[in-house]
Amino acid sequence: MARHLVVVGNGMVGHRLVSAMQDRDLDRHWRITVLGEESRLAYDRVALSAYVDGSSEEDLRLPEIDDPQVELRLGDPVVTLDRDARRVVTASGVELTYDALVLATGSVPFVPPVPGRDLPNCFVYRTLDDLDAIKEAAAAAVARPGPGRRSAVVVGGGLLGLEAARAMRLLGLSPQVVEIAPRLMPVQVDEGGGALLRSLVEKQDMAVRCGVAVSAIGEDRGRLVATLSDGVELDADLVVFSAGIRAADSLARGCGLAVGERGGVLVDATCRTRDENIWAIGECAALEGRTYGLVAPGYAMAEVVADRLLGGQASMQPSELDMSTKLKLLGVDVASFGDAHAATDGALEVVVNDPVAGTYSKLVVSDDARTLLGGVLVGDASKYATLRPLVGSPLPADPVAMIAPGGVELGADALPDSAQICSCNAVTKGALVRAIGDGAHDVAALKSCTRAGTSCGSCLPMLKNLLVQQGVEVSKSVCEHFAHSRAELFQIIAGAGIRTFSELVASHGTGRGCDLCKPVVASILASLGGGHILDGEQAALQDTNDHFLANMQRNGTYSVVPRIPGGEITPAGLIVIGEVARDFGLYTKITGGQRIDMFGARVEQLPQIWKRLVDAGFESGHAYGKSLRTVKSCVGSSWCRYGVQDSVGMAVMLELRYRGLRSPHKFKSGVSGCARECAEARSKDFGVIATENGWNLYVGGNGGANPRHADLLVQDVDTDELVRIIDRFLMFYIRTADRLQRTAAWLQAMEGGLDHLREVVVEDSLGICADLEAAMAAHVENYADEWRGVLEDPAKLERYVSFVNAPDTPDPTISFVTERGQPIPAPQPGDPVLVGTPVPIGMPGVRR
Amino acid sequence: MTAVETGLTWHTVCAFDRLQPERGVAALVDGVQIAIFRLHDGSVHAIGNVDPISGAAVLSRGIVGDRGGVPVVASPIYKQAFCLVDGRCLDDPAVSVARFAVRVDDHRVQIGLP
Repeated sequence: MARHLVVVGNGMVGHRLVSAMQDRDLDRHWRITVLGEESRLAYDRVALSAYVDGSSEEDLRLPEIDDPQVELRLGDPVVTLDRDARRVVTASGVELTYDALVLATGSVPFVPPVPGRDLPNCFVYRTLDDLDAIKEAAAAAVARPGPGRRSAVVVGGGLLGLEAARAMRLLGLSPQVVEIAPRLMPVQVDEGGGALLRSLVEKQDMAVRCGVAVSAIGEDRGRLVATLSDGVELDADLVVFSAGIRAADSLARGCGLAVGERGGVLVDATCRTRDENIWAIGECAALEGRTYGLVAPGYAMAEVVADRLLGGQASMQPSELDMSTKLKLLGVDVASFGDAHAATDGALEVVVNDPVAGTYSKLVVSDDARTLLGGVLVGDASKYATLRPLVGSPLPADPVAMIAPGGVELGADALPDSAQICSCNAVTKGALVRAIGDGAHDVAALKSCTRAGTSCGSCLPMLKNLLVQQGVEVSKSVCEHFAHSRAELFQIIAGAGIRTFSELVASHGTGRGCDLCKPVVASILASLGGGHILDGEQAALQDTNDHFLANMQRNGTYSVVPRIPGGEITPAGLIVIGEVARDFGLYTKITGGQRIDMFGARVEQLPQIWKRLVDAGFESGHAYGKSLRTVKSCVGSSWCRYGVQDSVGMAVMLELRYRGLRSPHKFKSGVSGCARECAEARSKDFGVIATENGWNLYVGGNGGANPRHADLLVQDVDTDELVRIIDRFLMFYIRTADRLQRTAAWLQAMEGGLDHLREVVVEDSLGICADLEAAMAAHVENYADEWRGVLEDPAKLERYVSFVNAPDTPDPTISFVTERGQPIPAPQPGDPVLVGTPVPIGMPGVRR
Repeated sequence: MTAVETGLTWHTVCAFDRLQPERGVAALVDGVQIAIFRLHDGSVHAIGNVDPISGAAVLSRGIVGDRGGVPVVASPIYKQAFCLVDGRCLDDPAVSVARFAVRVDDHRVQIGLP
């Protein structure tokens, strides 16, 4: 029978322990009960501040553990721990016995013992519940009538304090940061870095007071007054304590377990307490006397305990625990790593301070100037990914050159195999190189098999660099005929005004092209407004689907999909589709995109079918193109009791705006009329969800083989702004994505990720938005139905024949049988073999 | 329509202008489906129209180009490339399609069958 593991605490580290057990305990030696104090599922506390910046609780939620062996009891903290009986009692009175107990209770905010700290509108900054309360109080303060700015005093100018200050600003309050140390972020940065950080923060209209403490908090006419140690009084609507944390070790203290001098349950290198059945991990543990307030050491402890519980021999190496940090606070990059304060005997410091550019860089090196010990980067932390893994290694170059502007650029080849590339998950360069050798040939594969880059993501540029260095990074060139990526071809074609494939291949390529590059060029020409896609030489570039404006099926027949914008269709429209399908003997099926697909049309039937559809007011649905498919919608406020906006109207408008737009891959959209999200908009390339105040726009979602929820790009925007941002987003995607790269993969591969995308398409950091909008305006203006264009042009119609010498003779190889009352292709002799035939011969990279 | 020459019977299928550069058409000659392609240089090639991998008669509807200088058509079903000169499949040596004699005679495209 399985033994019983009780995990006390459902934070990030407790969650990691359970998922590590799931990964490793394949024979199910343990069943697990998790007892959480918070009533919420485990969430990413590191990203807590995103909760006031548009992310929902669902966005922050860690992967749900769905396992019959794991029982989750939330909102029910342990109140008694009886070590002799190996039993815990929860607040609700539940008693559980355990074979092993893991304390993962995390920490509690440190609130300095000042008078008035318990007054209403004084908060801590630790949990989603805290943030909900802060949001409510901020909203009330902002709504309160009367002149003057609403303000918040933030106690603590460390990492958490600056995050809290930013949150206050997002909530409409003016933050005033009070830090007892002489500089901001005293743990991470030195004096020089702190001075620059302070000036960058103050430039953003935030008041900073260092070297003073809050000595009392009082009430004055409905507001708060914080009195500082230098006598200054600050008016405030809210006070937020974010002055550090203390290990949550009261349960251990209550049952006589040894704790460290500065708190935390004492554990040895295996994370075991003095009681052999009890372990402690994460912020509540004092590993050989010291507590760690970062998630990476907590994860490492969780892995050690999982290993030990299953009979392994893993242990912590406290000397190797990486306390490095890199973050963007208020738009300012801050990073520190290794021995940032030059505490090592004889350590030397090399500083490059550029107040004009707003950057400060420091390297700490050993007394012989040969080994890198640590460093601080403020203002520009782009070198963090290469410098941090070098800690403890011989310097590959002159330290000044390594941080000076225009100095040496270090790549992955400068690092030893033992260098830790991903410090969050303790993945070394050697492990990554092995994974690459074992077949992990892109960033996504490396992430899934090593976990590198799955937490903070700061090492992702390094992963790319390693793939290139190992020679497996797939060349971006589209095929043997062009040494260019799709994005480069776009720039060449647009910049040089090239209008034909022949011109392009003569000037920038070799040979006569192929089924990889020709559709790419066709798509680019179409995106640049090349007229009907079957005009002139363009026709020869099209994939068979685009060439016949229909989708080829496995027996050589085509399927036909008329556009049904937003999935809204009249009964008369339905009748026309039904009649056409009946008259031509077509198989019909409802698609996932809320329209109707008619299968089994022979090539010579397509014009007759489309004549009927066009006459009835239908137009091409572009199901055959790398272009907009559908904008799915829920029924919205017109009918639904819960809808807050007209989602169908929005979906119809968007679908009509972007119909026919050629792109690197197909793209889909959805519009939901309320947060219930019935249109599944977040599984789309761009998804729109109605709010009380307007619309939220999500981008980069995907269904299919690699599902991904779309990320929030902007929120509560009006219709004009929404359309403007979508215009820019789509055009930016069309210009910069690789061949057959969906928006999800494009966004994941983008350096700087969602933040960069937002800078480009919302803040116009590249100054290209006017151009992107103009390109979309041209598309909208020049749109014409492709099928109408064929029906009106005898030269195009001429191609729709079965045989050039017998235009109306049906292809004799096509035959149908009946299944469930409808025609399907008759089985062919080779069919069963087909199931197992590897098909991806046309995929990029395989054939080369 | 037909003419006899060196053991082949020549069947006219269409005017040369009916062929688009770097695109194919299908013809039905004596019950045989033939895919006929006109290349960039004006040359004309003919191979069987039935894709041996999928069994569908679709090769005439594939994209024409070259692989390392060898003129090919890519099957529109699973994208294997077939050599337009000799009909072999460049992605699967075990597979090939027939090749047919073809000529342009006085602007008429003709297929020669034995």
